[in-house]
Amino acid sequence: MPDQRFQRTIKYEAELDPGFGREVAASPGGESLHACIQCGTCSGTCPLSVYMDYTPRRIIAMTRAGFKDEVLRSDTIWLCASCYSCTVECPKQIKITDVMYALKQKAIEEKVYAKRFTIPVLAREFYAGVKKRGRNTESWLMTNVMLKTNPFDLFRQSGLGLALFIRGRMGIRAESIRKTGELRKILQAVEEETRGNPAASGVKETS
Amino acid sequence: MRYLYYPGCSLKGAGKPYEESFLAVLQALGVESEELPDWNCCGATAYMAVNELQAFALAARNLAIAEARNAQQKTEPIPLVAPCSACYLVLSKTHRYMEEYGDVRGRINRALGAAGLQYEGRVRVEHPLDTFVNTIGLGKIAERVTAPLSGLRVACYYGCQIVRPYATFDDQHNPSSMERLLGALGAETVDWPLKTRCCGGSLSGTIREVGLRLCQILLKEARKRGADVIATVCPLCQFNLECFQNKIRDQFGETIELPVVYFTQLMGLAFGLSEKTLGMQRLFVPLKLAAG
Repeated sequence: MPDQRFQRTIKYEAELDPGFGREVAASPGGESLHACIQCGTCSGTCPLSVYMDYTPRRIIAMTRAGFKDEVLRSDTIWLCASCYSCTVECPKQIKITDVMYALKQKAIEEKVYAKRFTIPVLAREFYAGVKKRGRNTESWLMTNVMLKTNPFDLFRQSGLGLALFIRGRMGIRAESIRKTGELRKILQAVEEETRGNPAASGVKETS
Repeated sequence: MRYLYYPGCSLKGAGKPYEESFLAVLQALGVESEELPDWNCCGATAYMAVNELQAFALAARNLAIAEARNAQQKTEPIPLVAPCSACYLVLSKTHRYMEEYGDVRGRINRALGAAGLQYEGRVRVEHPLDTFVNTIGLGKIAERVTAPLSGLRVACYYGCQIVRPYATFDDQHNPSSMERLLGALGAETVDWPLKTRCCGGSLSGTIREVGLRLCQILLKEARKRGADVIATVCPLCQFNLECFQNKIRDQFGETIELPVVYFTQLMGLAFGLSEKTLGMQRLFVPLKLAAG
């Protein structure tokens, strides 16, 4: 029998990040995070919770308790399709979809996802394309995502691309707005304002 | 009234038949519209996942342009019609968050100010379903019908983002605007409890097994309920439910061939407009109406 290895299955408080819950609660929509009563309505209504490693209810409990690493590395935050079922049903009016957005932003900021994981790659490619041209072109976006995740998919999906193309439902030309300079100024102004602020895109409620 | 129309990226791509049929139907009803000049992408769900404040600023540029276009209109809100559910939600959310959170409003307006723009909150973001049912009215629509859709059984699919989280014009749990609209066109609607269940959005392109399963559940239940066709209000729902039917067959070993069209295409057909005007030839699964 090989050496037995024992691994602790709980976390000591000293290993948690107690500020994590507060940070997430400071983003718009996150303010009522600490009101959660752990009823599980969110997990019950979520059409994707059966695919998640932690259900939405557990993500909220873990976020509040400071399990930063586990939360940011979870599949859950990426599987959320923003359908707002949980947000609408939550008896404590927690904007859970917004909490998921805040967690996605943190995971991207801290680069804690697998390099070829399609969903964050899609988000970043979408972001970069729109920032540059002001519009998104479906054919370009999907080609870039496939090149950066699984280039073999380009062949597997070419049938669908062709079918769309012959029906006039896929443009080849990159769409763009006219005043790209105007948009760049706006986005830069946001960046300059948030620079130096550790919660880069977070906002505090002061209304 | 002249409507400002915000197409969004999808209606210029895979959702082209939505744009074609929407504009054709507006015209048939004698409603004037104008495309929002130099509109930019709403940011959808993806931009929000990377940088929230920038996502709001991006969407707000469109609201600012709409407001500047109607600078003289000070009392009545300025309607901006966004047919894509994601655009509708993001634009509405941006408008609301700028209203609710003083800090967001200040920061976004400072950013817009860097390009000489600003947003005072005078736009009302509207979904065409709301426009047709509540502004134009079912009476006027019924009057325009020349080819009633008699005998066609339709499953009305609302998906997620036009009723959630902001159900401004319909019930969140059991919306009925589309059923009433289709009734005015002479169609039958089937009882289909999944009408607001999520299609998975972009999961069909990212985690395919999961995305396809969500669509399969919707299609299978719609067929079981006796639908001849699913009517959608969103380009992504339409794309997911229609264009992946062969992949769903390969994955789950069950063929479900069900036409999935835009509700505006059904309106156009009932108005007697030509199939080509409505982009019917662009569908993967053709809709065959009973003769007569």
